[in-house]
Amino acid sequence: MKPDKEKIDNGRRSFIGAAAGVSAAVVAPGVVLHTVDATAAPRTEPVTDLHRWGMLIDTSKCADGCSACVSACDRENGLNLQSKPLGDDPLKWDNQRAVWIRKVKLQDNTTGRITNLPLMCQHCENPPCVDVCPTGASFKRADGLVLVDRHTCIGCRYCMMACPYKARSFIHEKVDQKLTRAPRGKGCVESCTLCVHRLDEGDISTACADACNAEGHQAIVFGDLNDPDGPLRQALRQVPSRQIRQDLGLNTGVRYSGI
Amino acid sequence: MAIKAITKSGLLVLAAAGAFLASAGARAEQVGDFVLPSSKAAKVENCVEPTEYMRRNHFEVIRHQRDTTVYGGIRSTKHSLAGCVDCHVGYDESGQPLSVSDEGQFCSACHDYAAVTMNCFDCHATVPEGESWNHETAALHGHLGIDLAARAAGPDAPAHREGSQQ
Amino acid sequence: MKRIVYREWRLEPARYWGLLAILLSVIAIGGMAALYMEHEGHWVTGMTNSVVWGVPHVFAVFLILAASGALNVASIGTVFDNAAYKPLGRLSGLLAAGLLVGGLLVLVLDLGRPDRLQVAMTTYNFSSIFAWNIFLYSGFLAVTIAYLWTMAERKGNKFMKPVGTFAFLWRLALTTGTGSIFGFLVGREAYDTAILAPMFVVMSFAYGLAVYMLVLFYSFDADDRPIGPVMLKRLKNLLGLFVSAVLYFTLVYHLTKLYGAKNLDVETFILVTGGIYTAIFWVGWVLIGGLVPLGIIYHPVLGQERNWIAAAAGLVIAGGLAAMYVVIIGSQAYPLEMFPGKTVLEFGAPGDVGGAVAPYSPSFPEILLGFGGVGVGLLITAVGIRVLQFLPESLTDRDVAPAAGAASA
Repeated sequence: MKPDKEKIDNGRRSFIGAAAGVSAAVVAPGVVLHTVDATAAPRTEPVTDLHRWGMLIDTSKCADGCSACVSACDRENGLNLQSKPLGDDPLKWDNQRAVWIRKVKLQDNTTGRITNLPLMCQHCENPPCVDVCPTGASFKRADGLVLVDRHTCIGCRYCMMACPYKARSFIHEKVDQKLTRAPRGKGCVESCTLCVHRLDEGDISTACADACNAEGHQAIVFGDLNDPDGPLRQALRQVPSRQIRQDLGLNTGVRYSGI
Repeated sequence: MAIKAITKSGLLVLAAAGAFLASAGARAEQVGDFVLPSSKAAKVENCVEPTEYMRRNHFEVIRHQRDTTVYGGIRSTKHSLAGCVDCHVGYDESGQPLSVSDEGQFCSACHDYAAVTMNCFDCHATVPEGESWNHETAALHGHLGIDLAARAAGPDAPAHREGSQQ
Repeated sequence: MKRIVYREWRLEPARYWGLLAILLSVIAIGGMAALYMEHEGHWVTGMTNSVVWGVPHVFAVFLILAASGALNVASIGTVFDNAAYKPLGRLSGLLAAGLLVGGLLVLVLDLGRPDRLQVAMTTYNFSSIFAWNIFLYSGFLAVTIAYLWTMAERKGNKFMKPVGTFAFLWRLALTTGTGSIFGFLVGREAYDTAILAPMFVVMSFAYGLAVYMLVLFYSFDADDRPIGPVMLKRLKNLLGLFVSAVLYFTLVYHLTKLYGAKNLDVETFILVTGGIYTAIFWVGWVLIGGLVPLGIIYHPVLGQERNWIAAAAGLVIAGGLAAMYVVIIGSQAYPLEMFPGKTVLEFGAPGDVGGAVAPYSPSFPEILLGFGGVGVGLLITAVGIRVLQFLPESLTDRDVAPAAGAASA
């Protein structure tokens, strides 16, 4: 690890700790939370495959009952601005509103052990949603993000049929309120973007990982899968990890340990 | 007598046509001036390109930027739609932003007149909303070396109403 | 062999216009339902983020299957040189084109952004089966129209065989493609199998023929054209064969799935514990769509009666819709199995299903849209046979290839 990175990250972490009203000491040292690009700035060149963004989620650190990542994502991407259309059935609406990240709680059938984990778009290297999209609106960006180009999405929902992770949402209703950084409209499909607006501004972080760190759990490590010395690869070297539905050979960008 | 009547009615028709043309001309004048006095755009000399060029080609410019942003991740250039909205959005007396696609506001005033449908705001925000994230978070992430001043000067700068630079 | 004489449909005007009025109002209601869904957004339907394809897709896929199956009747005459089927060819082509247009309309009007159809027609991703299907469908229409021309125009007669053969191969590709829309979805347990493609081909044979028979019986009855008992028996036996094949493929499909231990859960769901889906599978798909029609067709007495045969064809259609419902909706309602050996206790916010069976109840707009598609198919057929010479004067045994009739009787 380069010493300058260490310094910078400590500064960042202490800030987050303070912001959350937690003393900086609560945040355990030792795990690097963010990659810091020396040239961080709004980008002026198109993204390349030099980076591939991904995550490691340590399920042993993911706390039962905590949903900080979910609410942070909702705020970050304007998902909390959705409102139930007048007259819709509340139970149906629960299944119709867009969700980018979910808190999933599992119990092992044999041992009874409980596991918690956040589940979102896994940003596959070989994404089934991209394969099936008839117009090419569902696409993989050069830096590994699997995104939807709303300008060419016709709303056929075939990608939702193809996704093994139930990661995608269709916008079932008119959207009145939206954020500038997260456009959203009736009739298109969307899913987790790994906070692409942050990445494009040169800020290597996601709302969910920040929120998890602020809670002091540090279950989510976000970073560059292509950077051998980066925090993500270091973390992946330290703990055994696997992919959800590894059998499908999709080479996901989001990895889990402890499942 | 009959000739006189014909001449008279002909003159009437001419007068009516003249009045119509004059009113159309007046409306055309208005079309040329849809920049809202309360918007930031009113305080600057030009749009990001010469006004004449933008009137004819703004869609090409926006569409080109759209693909650059979606596929290339470049958001900070002067042609971003967020920049258009930020600069052209009008404000009411209480300082609240008015949606650019509302009747009579910058985008729809002209588009209604030309009867051209807009799709942008099916999905995109019509007022600068939530931009403060960039502002605040970038400040928090100051150690990353993001040049706030440079960003604020850009067309997709965070919404801060008192800012008049562009 | 006697020359086949084709005549326009000579229905008395009051009845004809009455029929058109009914079809047009069905279409208008369907269109209004589509507008309503489009205006409000899909929240007014029963579809959710869990069950993303609903009743419109049940109708659309059924109509597309039936379309390619309806063309089979012509293929038997031209491609396989069965002279007895030659007089049936023109109606077969027309019905195929009509049903396909109806099915595609339903599919398109259910899109989240139907206004972007132009995007779908100009931007293609060739790794998507869906994109290929857009070509297969529009190509099918073109090939069918060319085929109809070779059948109806004397100058084109000599191209009938090559064009007919091409049309036959095309429709096989089309149904394989439609089946593959589901068959290649690796993430979903109920789909991930190549057998869905041939199963869809066989289903299209059965559903297409059933629709064809009903249309033929109705249009012949309406202006008193005769159908001979040999022709009746021939069609009925063919339907019996196709329905048996559907049942056979259904069996193989489930055996294939049952063989792999990892699919045991989804099979249990469809076959035993799935509630409404289990009921629709056994009662709709197997019983109403399979065993009962087979019982009628091969019954020594009922199998001779035209009304009973028509009832059997109707049951096959109902069973086909049931089969589509189970294949399309049942398989989505079943939760995605992401965590083998683990039980999902919570999945997102309360109410967000993931580890549980997803609820789905079809809404009126969806159903009306589906019937609107059926209306479009039938309207095209009704207008076609009225203004052009699609229907043969007579299908009595004397008029239809007596030699062939004698050979098969």
